[in-house]
Amino acid sequence: MIVNPFVVFFAAIFTNNMIFSNFLGMCSFIAVSSDIKTSIGLGQAVTFVLAITAPINYLLYHYVLVPFGLEYLRYIVFIVSIAAFVQLVEMIVERSFPALYQSLGIFLPLITVNCAILGVSLFMTIRNYNLITSTLYGLGSGLGWMLAIVALAGIKKRMKMSAVPEGLQGPGITLIITGIMALAFIGFSGIVQIS
Amino acid sequence: MEKILTTLLIFSLFTGFLAFLLTLAKKTIGNYGIMKVTINEETEIEMEGGDTLLSGLTEEKIFIPSACGGKGSCGYCKVTVESGGGEILPTEFGYVTPEERELGVRLSCQLKVKEPIAISIPEELFNVKEFHPTVTAITDLTPNIKHLIFTFPQGEEISFKAGQYVQLRAPKYPGNHEEVFRAYSIASSPTEHNKLELIIGLVPDGICSTYVHKHLSVGDEVAMTGPYGDFYYQESTREILMVAAGTGMAPILSILHQLKAMNSERRAIFYFGARHEEDLFFLERMKEFESDLISFEFIPSLSKPHRETDWKGQLGRVTTCLQRDLMDPCEREAYLCGSPRMIDSIVEVLIEKGIPEEFIYYDKFS
Ligand SMILES: Cc1cc2nc3c(=O)[nH]c(=O)nc-3n(C[C@H](O)[C@H](O)[C@H](O)COP(=O)(O)OP(=O)(O)OC[C@H]3O[C@@H](n4cnc5c(N)ncnc54)[C@H](O)[C@@H]3O)c2cc1C
Ligand code: FES
Repeated sequence: MIVNPFVVFFAAIFTNNMIFSNFLGMCSFIAVSSDIKTSIGLGQAVTFVLAITAPINYLLYHYVLVPFGLEYLRYIVFIVSIAAFVQLVEMIVERSFPALYQSLGIFLPLITVNCAILGVSLFMTIRNYNLITSTLYGLGSGLGWMLAIVALAGIKKRMKMSAVPEGLQGPGITLIITGIMALAFIGFSGIVQIS
Repeated sequence: MEKILTTLLIFSLFTGFLAFLLTLAKKTIGNYGIMKVTINEETEIEMEGGDTLLSGLTEEKIFIPSACGGKGSCGYCKVTVESGGGEILPTEFGYVTPEERELGVRLSCQLKVKEPIAISIPEELFNVKEFHPTVTAITDLTPNIKHLIFTFPQGEEISFKAGQYVQLRAPKYPGNHEEVFRAYSIASSPTEHNKLELIIGLVPDGICSTYVHKHLSVGDEVAMTGPYGDFYYQESTREILMVAAGTGMAPILSILHQLKAMNSERRAIFYFGARHEEDLFFLERMKEFESDLISFEFIPSLSKPHRETDWKGQLGRVTTCLQRDLMDPCEREAYLCGSPRMIDSIVEVLIEKGIPEEFIYYDKFS
């Protein structure tokens, strides 16, 4: 099946949003969403890492693993390459954007274990995307993740003064909000569709 | 078989390549070059950029107190940053008070030097050195407290003020896989420069105290840095009030040695609190001080003696004794040593009894 790369790109942002349709990358989504500026920063970092690791893992998969018949290694190879590139990103951010580095704190290295990143690499091989589609899929997923976390941070900010029942404070109410947001995103589902 | 070999080969090539890439990045992106650190506006040192300030200073043999060895969990390694250094990090918030933050106080083990930086540290820290003495005696004072004597090798000499402390290094040993430094007050006389005494209590599961109690023996070489601390004997004419419990006797002993060396005639009283009879120690030494010093008095007090009828000294907590004894208005200064809880309650009593806060000196053994 030939898919239009741009359809995939937009689908990754709206209809097949990593968070709202797959519930991937929830850990930092819940933990870093209390401040809009920080969530934009983390969103940028995730987008950046996704846009880089998607094509790299594509090349690794199709030009190294497939020719040698080692497809079964992809989980570990993807994880290792993601870990290495996150380190690289961390060094670059530390050097060039100290303020961002500070506000991200521990969450920058934690991107390594953000399952949305591994998810993108695995989905793109399962769905047989080509290089361009994979790259746009990675970029789109990142932007979609960023959209979701920034929106959540915005909602949380507005809710600061509201009286949340004690047992639901913190992650509890955040998960409920996320569920409602996911419902709202279903509204996009007629626009574009990828499996 | 072939498949296993190709798997291994491809995977090692792949990880090798990534490792190479990261090393290269560390050399280029992570390389900040040599950075200049200006200390107290006069001393300049150079250090590897990107390293923590604490490690840069240690490299230059400037020892900042650092009980946790740079893990950001003790809050001892504070320095004041005059310029450079960037924003304070979230990992420092717990240890730097808002007032200190205003002044630019930072934890030197968290601060990575990425630009030229100017700091100020107490002048005394320049005198802090590293020592490698040998243990020459270990004696049990109580079931839980040991007295240790260290002798310095030829060429190493320590000068300190009575009341100051050293940091003893606990190396890795079976059951402990991290190297830590812990503070211990010097119990010996400041007039002795090639010998040092410590009094160390066993803390259940404590890293350094377990090392001292269970693994250290006579003849072993240890590593320590010092002297540190702004708790020390002050010259004045006020009456001296000393209060301690358990290992808190250590710095008081040093102060008593100092008084003796000076042939001091200052009036001094030492309240020593313990629970049972077996928690008391160095009673003989205290008798000697009482006869050597013209106006020194030692008052041990037991809160729970086993045989109340046999115990001839004071009964009750030290705070109770102080409440009762400090009736006359008199110019006093106080030296307190012990657990934070004990010190807080004693300071309260002393202030109530009219001793100005600036004349109450203490070391909290936390
Ligand atoms: C200025 C100063 C002077 C001092 N002078 C003396 C002295 O003269 N004599 C003396 O005996 N002591 C002195 N102390 C106290 C000494 O520095 C140590 O704090 C003490 O010996 C305990 O150290 P440790 O390494 O054995 O225990 P630590 O390993 O620091 O542990 C202390 C306690 O905390 C618990 N603990 C440690 N880590 C954890 C964790 N991660 N989670 C939960 N619990 C934990 C341990 O179980 C233990 O009960 C002084 C302290 C100060 C600050
Ligand atoms: S050395 Fe312990 S906090 Fe810095």
